[in-house]
Amino acid sequence: MAFYAEAPKARTSGIGWRRSLQGAALALLLSAGSAAAVDKTPVENKISSFLLDNGMEVVVIPDRRAPIVTHMVWYRVGSADEPPGKSGIAHFFEHLMFKGTAKHKAGEFGAKIAEIGGSENAFTSDDYTAYYQTVPPEALETMMEYEADRMRGLILTDQVIGPERDVVLEERRSRIETSPQALLSEEIEATLYQNHPYRIPVIGWMHEMEKLNRTDAVAFYDRYYAPNNAILIVAGDVDEKEVRALAEKTYGKVARGPDLPPRIRPEEPEQNTARTVTLSDPRVSVPSFSRSWLVPSYHTAEPGEAEALDLLSEILGGGVRSRIYQALVVKSGVASSVGAYFDGSKLDETAFTVYGAPRGTAKLEEVQAAIGAEIAAIVKDGVTEKELESARNRFLRAMIFARDNQASMANLYGAALATGSTVADIEEWPDRIKKVTTADIQKVAAKYLASDHSVTGFLLPADPIQN
Amino acid sequence: MTQLFAKTRISAAGLALAACMALAALPAQANVDIQQVRSEKGITAWLVEDYSVPIVTIRFSFKGGNTQDPEGKEGLSELMSGLFDEGAGELDSDAFQIKLDDAGAEMRFGAERDRTFGSMRMLAEKKDEAFDLLKLAIQQPRFDAAPMDRIRAQIVSGIVANQRDPETAARVKWAEALYGAHPYARPDEGTEKSLATITADDLRDYHRRVFARDNLNVAVVGAIDAETVKRELDRLFGDLPERSDLRPVEKVDLKLDQEVRVDYDLPQTSLQLAYPGVPRDAPDFFAAYLMNHILGGGTFTSRLFDEVREKRGLAYGINSSLVTQEYASSLVIGTATRSDRAAETLGVIRDTVRRMAEEGPTEAELAAAKQYVIGAYALNNLDSSSAIASTLLSLQEEKLGIDYIDRRTALIEAVTLDEVKAAARKLLTADPAILVIGPPLEGTKG
Repeated sequence: MAFYAEAPKARTSGIGWRRSLQGAALALLLSAGSAAAVDKTPVENKISSFLLDNGMEVVVIPDRRAPIVTHMVWYRVGSADEPPGKSGIAHFFEHLMFKGTAKHKAGEFGAKIAEIGGSENAFTSDDYTAYYQTVPPEALETMMEYEADRMRGLILTDQVIGPERDVVLEERRSRIETSPQALLSEEIEATLYQNHPYRIPVIGWMHEMEKLNRTDAVAFYDRYYAPNNAILIVAGDVDEKEVRALAEKTYGKVARGPDLPPRIRPEEPEQNTARTVTLSDPRVSVPSFSRSWLVPSYHTAEPGEAEALDLLSEILGGGVRSRIYQALVVKSGVASSVGAYFDGSKLDETAFTVYGAPRGTAKLEEVQAAIGAEIAAIVKDGVTEKELESARNRFLRAMIFARDNQASMANLYGAALATGSTVADIEEWPDRIKKVTTADIQKVAAKYLASDHSVTGFLLPADPIQN
Repeated sequence: MTQLFAKTRISAAGLALAACMALAALPAQANVDIQQVRSEKGITAWLVEDYSVPIVTIRFSFKGGNTQDPEGKEGLSELMSGLFDEGAGELDSDAFQIKLDDAGAEMRFGAERDRTFGSMRMLAEKKDEAFDLLKLAIQQPRFDAAPMDRIRAQIVSGIVANQRDPETAARVKWAEALYGAHPYARPDEGTEKSLATITADDLRDYHRRVFARDNLNVAVVGAIDAETVKRELDRLFGDLPERSDLRPVEKVDLKLDQEVRVDYDLPQTSLQLAYPGVPRDAPDFFAAYLMNHILGGGTFTSRLFDEVREKRGLAYGINSSLVTQEYASSLVIGTATRSDRAAETLGVIRDTVRRMAEEGPTEAELAAAKQYVIGAYALNNLDSSSAIASTLLSLQEEKLGIDYIDRRTALIEAVTLDEVKAAARKLLTADPAILVIGPPLEGTKG
């Protein structure tokens, strides 16, 4: 019964993005994996991490301001780990985790959470699947007991599989089939990735989802759900000692599973073409476009490159002060919305995307050309010291703001750790951001964005109208 | 993005609820020390001091929002709220934004139906610079022609972009059907035509009428002490007019017992059902609130969730919400279901509602709902400075009193099963207004 959410992945064009500051800040937090300004953090709020004997990784993020705890378990498995032909099984299985176990019948865990006013949910992305509850600290142990219990104790029968499969099919209709934008995004990904499983939607292809069954679910569970493939994140009104004791008492009792092979997925071949994906739909009135290049993620990048790409996306299209916003929306006025983003928290190669939509009588081609010109200008002349300083400051302050919310801290750590980063990587991120120079940014722009080996997506009206 | 956007559009009523329910309060055990601060010029704010993270959050609202847009100038408050960081005092748009960015502060303004609000989140070490800019934005917005035309064009782009979208069409039709001639029926963002008529003088006039001291509420949370807050309150708001000049808005009863359809060939049909609601200050508010929670308010535990999703797999989500606005109230149920079984889903919903109206909840359901509603508040409203600030602001807007937090648990515990049953009968016996977006329903009238 879970909520399904993709990690912020290539969204196309900007319908609805009147001003994108908020989006930028969010993307920034989610993509970068940020950390507390450690030097200023009071000792009792030090973030700590350790391993249980069975291989489960634990991170504790104390925040003692309110009697609230966010308890999350992240599994290092997502849709990109699914067997061929079984698309959607990672997400479908996430739903099945809310069914009963040998010890606790379906609904019992949820009722326990509701009883104390807590909230719960789960989400699946390409690289990870996570389950969480927000509860008062006294309930943490109970949450851990139930979560540890369903790590291995799930009972899956055909009676629960059938209706839940209908639910995820309905979820696909709701999120994808009824949205031209979402349908186009799927096709763009399927085109951007020619070999890597990121080409397959997280929720799955409809025709494969319809056939997912009990055998698939059990096989997936047995392969990936074990303490040595899981990360426990506890944020909020707790300290390391309590969490360690409770974790050992609960998760510590779950037997270590077989060692999983390294997560090596099929790699992208060299890409040598400019590809275009077009979707026309009668619901669309204003055309829009996006363009995505394959670029390294924090996990795959040469040292410093991902940080430079992050800053480049901020300077190029990260908000109202960015180059393309100022040039296209404020000065020439050809666009109503523009932006750029880089989704760095991926295990494998990721996308750098720019998007835009015209305003008034301007043509979509003008928007495309003007964004292209701004990229070319950075490739040729780089960015200014002042631009870099402003972008860097925005990143650094976003990390301080992030500390205000225990759930966002838990999410940052979980997503980073599940995509190959370490706690140290996250803590050193501000320093690495500070080291990026204007030359580094120009270099990654030239290396990755100068080529037309990319995918351009067009969302167009079904029949030509004004605009 | 669009996925979220589409969702937002269809559940506008639900969103309004989220805003309203933020008033309900923090449980007693939630140890929030709220200080009431009064400045020399008599401006009041609620403050929670907290130095654990070096940031300060301020949130404030003026009563009067989209409903204050003059006839024919719909979208005015929406346009205005996009212009506060586009130039103020001596600073033009560019200069203002650069200073704001350098100050490390995030500033937002927005208009809702009943209120115009603003907020700022800033680094404690740079709060003086940040407050200076906020003061300029509040007191001396410039409404220069160039940014005004630009923001207006962006809003118009958004309107044009949605003009062929069935959910947008449905939202407009639904609001008109429910609210008739009341200002709630008007599109918040205006229309191409209404936006074109708005001048800088219109904005200045609205600003003068709405940005005043007698309709203002303020909440501050973070690394700042009461003396500093007092000083800043006078700087930020002290020179605003003492009295607002709001045009009267009538209370309105929703028009129920009607069906609104937007026929469109979609694989999934959206359904909304509107029933009568209760105002926030009604004596049976919590009885209705608990009843709604049992019916469809819980995330994974409610009668509607169980019947529609768990037992039958008809939908991914279904919920019901009590919507309490300043001038109207309702209970709204919303879901999206596969089109070929939409009629069946509607039938299941109506049956579930009927059973609640006739029998009410069980003693056990009520006990569980009370536990949830009491416990959830702190968890949902204390997890960040901005959440606390929103809560403090809502408590003031609803005039619930600074001790409300301590009283709330008892208010909920005092609700009896008979009162909840009475609330179910009162709200759910009426035939609802029904919105259907999708292909025509199979096996029903029309």
